[in-house]
Amino acid sequence: MCSLEKRGNLFILTLTGQNVEHRLNPEVLSSIISALSRAKAESTRGSALVTVSHGKFFCNGFDLDWVNATGSKQEAQQRFDYSLDCLTQLVQAFISLPMPTVAAVNGHAAAAGVVIPLCHDYVVMRRDRGVLYVNDLEMGLKIPELYMAFFRAKTSGWALRDLVLRGLKIKGEELLKMGIMDAVYDGEEGVINAGMKMADDLARRKWDGEVYAEIRKGLYSEFCGMLGIASKAIGTPKL
Amino acid sequence: MCSLEKRGNLFILILTGQNGEHRLNPNLFSSIISAISRAKAESTRGSALVTVSHGKFFCNGFDLDWVNAAGSDEETQKRFNLLLDYLKQLVLAFISLPMPTIAAVSGHATAGGVVVALCHDYVLMRRHRSVLYMIDLDLGIKIPEPFMALFRAKISGSARRDLLLRGLKIKGEEALKMGIVEAVYDGEEEVTNAGIKMADDLAKRTWHGDFYAEIRRGLYSELCDILGIASTPIATPKL
Repeated sequence: MCSLEKRGNLFILTLTGQNVEHRLNPEVLSSIISALSRAKAESTRGSALVTVSHGKFFCNGFDLDWVNATGSKQEAQQRFDYSLDCLTQLVQAFISLPMPTVAAVNGHAAAAGVVIPLCHDYVVMRRDRGVLYVNDLEMGLKIPELYMAFFRAKTSGWALRDLVLRGLKIKGEELLKMGIMDAVYDGEEGVINAGMKMADDLARRKWDGEVYAEIRKGLYSEFCGMLGIASKAIGTPKL
Repeated sequence: MCSLEKRGNLFILILTGQNGEHRLNPNLFSSIISAISRAKAESTRGSALVTVSHGKFFCNGFDLDWVNAAGSDEETQKRFNLLLDYLKQLVLAFISLPMPTIAAVSGHATAGGVVVALCHDYVLMRRHRSVLYMIDLDLGIKIPEPFMALFRAKISGSARRDLLLRGLKIKGEEALKMGIVEAVYDGEEEVTNAGIKMADDLAKRTWHGDFYAEIRRGLYSELCDILGIASTPIATPKL
């Protein structure tokens, strides 16, 4: 599933399980959501979270074995829809988290798995290994409206087109050019250490977590609007 | 007017007529919209469309001679508004077309002609002898909202400002840097062939046209809202 470690002011969320592909099913998604709740409960000024994983995959999408292990097509559809709902709850949890978040992507992220790193404020990736692959078009799947809004919040223009409409397996350097990645590093250790250092640097700013989360929601205004979690007005500014 | 040629899986739309300027009037508009309908009717998995032209111009905008040949100021305005309506229909037709689209811009594109080029998923351009020129500002003509939404969807940041608000004649290399075009080529034949090759490469992915068009509409969500194009519900995923 996942594990949450506290190191000083940093929360380190490690994706594990599911045969190294770290695939998502309701159990895994609940486990990550719980971890985020714990981080939120223990957060203070100067908290930050970094999400890491080890091995070939960061997150290879939904657990389609679980989805398909049912009696009927109808039930498979239900399991898929349920997975999608759980993913949406997870995205909400990330977007509402009252601290800066960094994803250190050391391996492949595909389909629904692409959403996970992109819910973080900052994404660093390995230069030498790992691709982002939005394969919905290849699979003959429509990307739900809500997730199109999510992608639109993250990128635009030709970069958005290349992310979702071109069936590309996109490497770190290209994602950097597209403005989707913040930096690339060599080696698993390189990217994880960089992710932690970045989270640390952000933590040092000692921002008010609630204010941080509200401003962040404004970046995803369309998406948050669709989910009904629009930004609320902040109280009197302390000038 | 225009002609539509089928070559294997490719639809090749050739802009012609109007003394080589391929200016947009009701005849050319109707002819292009019909051609797109035909391509849609004959489309299969693995279809693609490339739009080409020959000579000095790709498309030199609205046929202002026709607009101004009206009897009165009121009639002139009516004719202009009619062309705007046609342009909206053309944009709608292109963004609903269930296959990848490429514009091989081998000559100048002005105002409405820029819109025609940008309706395509990918734009290739000639390095020399070809400019994109949003002449509207210089002529004192406002750019109506639906088309502003198209520009907002396609181009970001300072590139968008430079295209619309600076009266620039943007050459191939500049358009490439601005992220407006995908690649530039020397010579009309080179860019036309490159367009055909790119269409071919995209066609080989044999994507489902309906899913392609649905995902594409997500890139233009604001434009689709303005034009009243609703999204269709998610189909059952073939897992």
